Amino acid sequence: MSELLGLTVAEAAAKVAAGDVTAGECFDAWRDAAAGDELNAYLWRAEESGEVAGGALAGVPVAVKDIFCAEGVPTTAGSRILEGYEPPYTSTAVRRLAEAGASVLGKTNMDEFAMGSSNENSAFGPVLNPWDRGRVPGGSSGGSAAAVAGGLAPCAIGTDTGGSIRQPAALCGIVGLKPTYGAISRYGMIAFASSLDQCGPLTRDVTDAALLLGALQGRDSCDSTSVGIEGGVAAPSREDLSGLRFAVPRELARDAVEPGVREVFEKTLETIERLGGEVGEAPLPHAEHGISAYYVIAPAEASSNLARYDGVRYGMRVDGSRDLVEMYEATRAEGFGVEVKRRIMLGTYALSSGYYDAYYGQAQKVRTKIAEDFAAAFAGFDFVVTPTSPSVAFGLGEKTDDPLAMYMNDFFTVPMSLAGIPAISIPAGLAEPAGGGPRLPVGFQVAAPAFAEQKLLEASYALERAIGFDAKPREGAGG
Amino acid sequence: MIDREQVLHVARLARLRLGEGEVERMAGELSGILEHVDRIAALDLEDVAPTSHVVELDNVLRPDEPRPSWPRETILEPAPDPVDGAFRVPSPQAEG
Repeated sequence: MSELLGLTVAEAAAKVAAGDVTAGECFDAWRDAAAGDELNAYLWRAEESGEVAGGALAGVPVAVKDIFCAEGVPTTAGSRILEGYEPPYTSTAVRRLAEAGASVLGKTNMDEFAMGSSNENSAFGPVLNPWDRGRVPGGSSGGSAAAVAGGLAPCAIGTDTGGSIRQPAALCGIVGLKPTYGAISRYGMIAFASSLDQCGPLTRDVTDAALLLGALQGRDSCDSTSVGIEGGVAAPSREDLSGLRFAVPRELARDAVEPGVREVFEKTLETIERLGGEVGEAPLPHAEHGISAYYVIAPAEASSNLARYDGVRYGMRVDGSRDLVEMYEATRAEGFGVEVKRRIMLGTYALSSGYYDAYYGQAQKVRTKIAEDFAAAFAGFDFVVTPTSPSVAFGLGEKTDDPLAMYMNDFFTVPMSLAGIPAISIPAGLAEPAGGGPRLPVGFQVAAPAFAEQKLLEASYALERAIGFDAKPREGAGG
Repeated sequence: MIDREQVLHVARLARLRLGEGEVERMAGELSGILEHVDRIAALDLEDVAPTSHVVELDNVLRPDEPRPSWPRETILEPAPDPVDGAFRVPSPQAEG
């Protein structure tokens, strides 16, 4: 069985298709592996695979972030307010995976309503990083990233609103892809910030990311903003980068980046050049305002989206109130965690009378400028590259008392989200944390123009092979 | 920047009850975050069009044909207090 666990998704699916192993054997092996979870990566685990369809993912179990609704499966979005909730319907992402032959292995832990960069905002306890259990796995898709990195799942899906797939993938040493906004349907994906939320894969390698993206993408009549990727997604095969131009943001030189992370980043640029790629500089003058714009826009949308948790139709209710408004207030006070309340407050304030133009209006204009910066960069370059995260995985509790310091984790990932363009994080090496200690994974982020996923995957594939990242967590995930 | 009164006002708008300690803490934290956010206030973006959404879409229309909705029982099933095919809530007006 253990050799099954060593396979990538593409390899496992090929073995199932060839009849070397059955879908049931594959599921059982992974179910047993997932049962050894000591990272708090899972909130719920499946006992059986159910009936499995034939397809590109036949027999492959997928760990699913607990933000995706699946009929009859507990779905909490990491929140006390949805504890015990079993949705009556299935999200399009999960349905499409099932149609390709995959089965749900379990639901993964996450920051409450996807609000966080460390997974410490889950109502059900933090996820531990498989590389060092005293450190965070990143967030908000921390459970999905830790499960894949820790050998508790062959692959996973997550959501990325401002970096929630890419940053945990970087901190756990795996591949994480945020597709173009609109590539994958958001139907049945519990909403955080609707103009930014996007589903994507977290996998061991770029080939698997392509495989999952191919199954997930597509137009969906249940989400009018879903347009799919024209021509679909093929397995990447490119081995060099000749003729491709990579832009490093000019402002990166003065940005706060850990020395170890910067070193791995510089080395990766050399690898690009060795593969025949061209590395240059492009100005992205408004990217530095991404955090400001994002932390107005996302909370504003969240304050509206989360108005639905009112103790009436689903989820928890605090009884004993004298009237309706008191019931709303008591339920939301008890059901939401600290960070969710903070963002609802921030968003409500930014949208309130007298402040709307100064905050929300101005943030939307910054969003336009950031998108224009990228468009200008892509006029001369094929890709924009940055470190995925300014640091390697930080310690549990290190940033929980300083919300702004926590938000800065998203510095390099937020601009792409605001522009709606695709970006991938691939493991590029290991680096010592600023405070010293054993070396930890560093992610390299590559961003491309909207709907240029195939090109992005091809370049990432070539780079991945040249980097040859094969380090594994020392501690693992099980006992 | 944000005082106690503003925090309480916004909490009321958001239907959130905050404890005494939470009000103080929220005032401090929101002020810190907004101080950072205020950097964009200094940018001259007078003539820039706002972006509310990155996908340029025309209205997506479908034929307006009747189709079955969810069964009532299915939708009421996860409700905290379903009664007689409806959601029961406390009275909108306080008693007494």
